[in-house]
Amino acid sequence: MTPGAGAAPLATPVEHLLRELAPRVLGAVARRHEDFSAAEDAVQEALIAAAAQWPAAGVPDNPKGWLYRVAVRRLADARRSEAARRRREEAAAADLAADEAHAMPDDGAAGEDDSLVLLFMCCHPALTVPSAISLTLRAVGGLTTAEIANAFLVPEATMAQRISRAKQAIKSSKVPFTMPDDADRAARLDAVLHVLYLVFSEGYASSVGAELQRVDLSSEGIRLARALHAMLPDDAEVSGLLALMLLTDARRAARSGPDGELIPLDEQDRTLWDRALIAEGAALVADALRRGSIGPYQLQAAIAALHDEAARAADTDWAQILALYRLLERMSDSPMVSLSRAIAAAMVHGPVAGLEQIDLLADDPRIAGHYRLDAVRGHLHELSGDRDRAVAHYRAAAERTASIPERNYLLEKAARMAWVSPSERG
Amino acid sequence: MKYILMMNAPRGNGQYQVTQWKPEELKAHIAFMHELNRDLTKSGELVGAEGLASPGEAKLVRVGKNGQPATDGVFPETKEFLAGFWIVDVERAERAYEIAARASSAPGPGGKPLVLPIEVRQVMSAPPTDV
Repeated sequence: MTPGAGAAPLATPVEHLLRELAPRVLGAVARRHEDFSAAEDAVQEALIAAAAQWPAAGVPDNPKGWLYRVAVRRLADARRSEAARRRREEAAAADLAADEAHAMPDDGAAGEDDSLVLLFMCCHPALTVPSAISLTLRAVGGLTTAEIANAFLVPEATMAQRISRAKQAIKSSKVPFTMPDDADRAARLDAVLHVLYLVFSEGYASSVGAELQRVDLSSEGIRLARALHAMLPDDAEVSGLLALMLLTDARRAARSGPDGELIPLDEQDRTLWDRALIAEGAALVADALRRGSIGPYQLQAAIAALHDEAARAADTDWAQILALYRLLERMSDSPMVSLSRAIAAAMVHGPVAGLEQIDLLADDPRIAGHYRLDAVRGHLHELSGDRDRAVAHYRAAAERTASIPERNYLLEKAARMAWVSPSERG
Repeated sequence: MKYILMMNAPRGNGQYQVTQWKPEELKAHIAFMHELNRDLTKSGELVGAEGLASPGEAKLVRVGKNGQPATDGVFPETKEFLAGFWIVDVERAERAYEIAARASSAPGPGGKPLVLPIEVRQVMSAPPTDV
């Protein structure tokens, strides 16, 4: 594991161990007792008990078995008190009490499958994306509700509601705790990859400025992607996603200045890029591409690798990047991909060609009026030496973006161009 | 005691139109705001601060027929708009005014203080707890 890309920074050894074990214990409890919501509550209580006891009393010989037994006991307690009130669940409680004697299934393939099933369940298409993200971070990532709330800068009560709604949605959709069948599996894996990617990119977007108290969502996304990759080492898109995260995260130290100001790729100090992450990501994606089932995450990772491997911005292999964007465009039908393709085309064939391609995109309602359209137009007009148009588009983009560092960057860009002295004007 | 400090900026093409500022003026303004937020964080007084996206896309919403939202477009006659706000937790009102005065002195064109009006309002609190 590479430093800086693995565990969250705040974890002590016990916390680290608990987070590793949490999804496997939850997977095992949920599989055997079928009520995900109750299982999740019971495992959370077992984790809290462990966090309170282990640092002083020492970690038990079989920590996973310990957590499993405590969780099952809590589950039985909860059912018993319910049964005492309503007298109907005695049988179920008795079953559970008997189950305490059973040891948890052994480590190894079975345990890992449980984690994977858990991930499939948390990212189920029946859930809204924000719910799936929150539930994944809690159930699979082992974060507390407070940590997740803090990471998304929302009050804890709000996040608790979001997670509770997600659990309710799983309950009412009757999603079984089983591995999806082969027909369903590809679509479900897509949803998992999407959720992990969003966890990562949320951290990437909000990592501007020193937020020492926050769980680092980018590292969390990488940690989850690594775990998924360990479970499905032969899946090329899983490798592609992990590679994309590593290759993007490698530029983290260079992408913003001391006050959080945005530094674009071509102006970054490339000596700050993390070479070890780049090497790992590039090897992963190269290996995945060799296997022949090409998908969008592998293509995006390959593009990121081409950027990362250029010693200077001017050395970037734009022709290759353009070819990759064309492939990606055929697979994804996203106007944002088309916009990136237009930028690559501009770098290969000149800004005019890029601007023409953007004009074709501008009517697409999915992107019309989006600030990125104006930002890219500004950039291409700047490249072609049309200062007035560049300034106008940069200003329009600055008016529309909802990101403060981005707005500041665009405003400065426009101001620098608008205020050069007449003698400097070419 | 918590106070909200609301920074209002006039619309139009005057000196507040940041898109017309020089690069060094922008830089100085941004650095000023960063320093203010850093200081408030350090002193433990900052509860939250948000800048708002430009008013161009703002909508006025009322409940309409069948409880559906009825939106009105942007109002060009609006003279001022809320550009951003701070929520601070301070010992007394005077401290909130001090912070507001400092925010109001943020530099604009020519490095001169903008003297933007900052509306200071106390945030209502939960009832006191019983002993």
